[in-house]
Amino acid sequence: MSVPAFAELLERLLFTPGRNGKVALIRQWFATQPDPDRGIGLAALAGELNFRTAKPALLRELIATRTDPVLFAMSYDYVGDLAETIALLWPEDARSNAPPPGLAEVVRTLDGAGRGEVPAIIAAWLHALDSGARLALIKLVTGGLRVGASARLAKVALAEWAGQEVGEIEEVWHGVRPPYLPLFAWLEGRGPRPDPAGQPIFRPLMLAHPLEAKDFEALHAPDWRAEWKWDGIRVQLTAGPGGRRLWSRSGEDISGSFPEIIAAMDFHAVADGELLVVRDGEVAPFADLQQRLNRKTVTAKMLKEFPAAVRLYDLLFEGEEDLRPLPFDARRARLEAWHERARPPLSSLSPLIGFGSMEELAAIRDGARAAAIEGLMLKRGDSPYTPGRVKGPWWKWKRDPLTLDCVLMYAQRGHGKRSSFYSDFTFGVWRGEELVPVGKAYSGYTDEELVWLDKWIRDHTTARFGPVREVERHLVLEVAFDAAQRSTRHKSGYALRFPRIARIRRDKPAAEADRVEAVEALVVGSLA
Amino acid sequence: MIRIMPPHPETWLRVTEAGLYCEPGGFFVDPTRPVDRAIITHGHSDHARPGHAHVLATPETLAIMRERMGEDRAGTTQQALGYGEALTVNGVRVWLRPAGHVLGSAQVCLEWQGSRAVVSGDYKRRHDPTCPPFEPERCDVFVTEATFALPVFRHPPAAQEIGRLLASLALFPERTHVIGCYALGKAQRLIALLRQAGWDRPIPIHGALQRLCTLYETLGVKLGPLVPATVAAKDKLAGTIVLAPPSAIADRWARRLNEPVPCLASGWMRVRQRAKQGGVELPMVISDHADWPELLATCAEVEASEVWITHGREEALIHALGQQGIRGRALHLVGRGEEDAE
Repeated sequence: MSVPAFAELLERLLFTPGRNGKVALIRQWFATQPDPDRGIGLAALAGELNFRTAKPALLRELIATRTDPVLFAMSYDYVGDLAETIALLWPEDARSNAPPPGLAEVVRTLDGAGRGEVPAIIAAWLHALDSGARLALIKLVTGGLRVGASARLAKVALAEWAGQEVGEIEEVWHGVRPPYLPLFAWLEGRGPRPDPAGQPIFRPLMLAHPLEAKDFEALHAPDWRAEWKWDGIRVQLTAGPGGRRLWSRSGEDISGSFPEIIAAMDFHAVADGELLVVRDGEVAPFADLQQRLNRKTVTAKMLKEFPAAVRLYDLLFEGEEDLRPLPFDARRARLEAWHERARPPLSSLSPLIGFGSMEELAAIRDGARAAAIEGLMLKRGDSPYTPGRVKGPWWKWKRDPLTLDCVLMYAQRGHGKRSSFYSDFTFGVWRGEELVPVGKAYSGYTDEELVWLDKWIRDHTTARFGPVREVERHLVLEVAFDAAQRSTRHKSGYALRFPRIARIRRDKPAAEADRVEAVEALVVGSLA
Repeated sequence: MIRIMPPHPETWLRVTEAGLYCEPGGFFVDPTRPVDRAIITHGHSDHARPGHAHVLATPETLAIMRERMGEDRAGTTQQALGYGEALTVNGVRVWLRPAGHVLGSAQVCLEWQGSRAVVSGDYKRRHDPTCPPFEPERCDVFVTEATFALPVFRHPPAAQEIGRLLASLALFPERTHVIGCYALGKAQRLIALLRQAGWDRPIPIHGALQRLCTLYETLGVKLGPLVPATVAAKDKLAGTIVLAPPSAIADRWARRLNEPVPCLASGWMRVRQRAKQGGVELPMVISDHADWPELLATCAEVEASEVWITHGREEALIHALGQQGIRGRALHLVGRGEEDAE
């Protein structure tokens, strides 16, 4: 029953909006499915399966010989998704009595099949399945489940099901392969912890807490080191005899998107840093880095237009030596000495910022307005590198957000618990006599404010477009955000980074809300 | 003896602004505006409209119309015609056969000078515990709907969909599973299907479903214990299956429910993007309309040489009928809703 069972899992994941609901569904999968099929399901969710011989074009040919071309075209036009159209249209009159294939059987058979045999094999499976299971099979073999469940979420569910820390899973993850029999054996207490020896593995990151005013008062300047908080993405660089990897903050392998970084990692160490786009020594805005993320192939043009580099701030391993138990100051000294010796290309050290008192540091933070800097990182000089978000040794101290007074223009219902509330807001600023959208926000307000906003929107609706309501241009919202950028995403020509609703300005007339000129004034250039 | 060729139905049954009109009989079938004489296939509001002078329908459909519209607007005079009974109106023979769509739903069979047309209204071929099954009637022209006339629409067995609902409830036992369904037909069929699947607990229902459920019970359809899903009963709604109109399940009304799982029972749920649009978490493919294989099979079964299509996706159906040697014709009747717009 495993392809049909997997189909039911995918179906529920697709339609379940909340993270906890999705985790519950995946946990149930681990608890109820047998080996090796549950591990294949895990691999599929984690994006670790790849079949070279089963491509969408092949499936298109299979359906073309079995359906009327006019009816296929009408159906595809209506459904809009090729895999789903094929799954729904597949003829049922030739339904076979063969048992549905198991997930592991699918993997084993396709891996062992010649290119010429694959079409007949897939057709026979499709004849043995119902429409939901057909869709699951097609998604499984062509890749890309698109059910809103990431590799990280699958690991979190695995950890929760097994009563382990997700960090423990991460430590062994890159030493195990589908269908992960030793991993499940270990998690169920039937086997030893898998040994990732020699394999490049992800080491869970040390994370920081946001610094609040009461925490700040307790800080004693000499205990602390300060660095810029860069607006890029956190990465871990792992290189050695076993291979080279670039990991995202959650342990996702993003090596494929950044081949130039991998090529430059000619060392044997594990380092922690920030991935940025850097042109002529200047850090570009986050929007530039976004162009490079989530790409399977990278063109020469991308490499040239959006050149990536890393800014390093910690060293976890040098050779095989684990530096994580050392205090920050000692690791920093090792990082500097190592970097001086190894001089890996496309890398630089994130400088330490000198300061004499916390007041002086606060002034430095307030003065930082460059787009590439989000604020400061504070790290205790004596702190070892502890995985996870331990409160105390590291703080992130974002600079105060920027704000604009914007006018609410449209509202849309949220998802899950918020599905009965208008909780997603599009707001604009004035350009001449016209209001132009500048961003969307769906956070920042309290529960009480949301109830109030929901009622206001229902009482002031002027038009409806499906789930969206257009409202009277009366309500001013103070929107907080981290940076303003020029962008074509919104009609105003600007986009805001991390916008959230800071306050509802019931006191302020809409005519006195901000204008596009005010947004332009907040756009800052890049910084070295 | 001289054999006279029967007249083609298009000479005596035609589309007017008020809907399908039988000229020699002087009556309309499911007219969209108030007329003197109307025959009504079933009680859904896009077929049964208020304000006609004389209304002919099954006793159940007449009762439904009175319940929904009030005595005074459901026809100045009402005439009941049971399934299989026949009468003659100005030389046109009229009889009704079950359509299997909702309680009281009927196909209107018309014969004039040896020429026969069947106006099926909305219909389905699946078993439905709340109404008698569709009965095919041979005819020269079969007038059909085409709501789900694309080959992607093949409804799975309803019991299988009920099984998925109960499995979800087992996985999330504290959450309220609220099913969006319309008040006439779908709601009562779902309740009956749940009872068949062994769900014998009281089923809380939205106030908008109450009167028609009561009427179904009066007409002999057993639904088991139903209770109002009122705000006052909030504590008791955890872990239950609740029925409500589709518009209520994602709106303020649903705030009384405990971490609701919004479910929607409709043939449209077969297509994921369509299902995802409304914030549905558990789509259930349960429909009171014929799916693609049923449409084609029915058109073949009644042996009509022509099929007239009232509303829906007529292009695909005309194309497929043409391949079977049946002439398809789109009537483009206005004012007919999609399944959920009832």
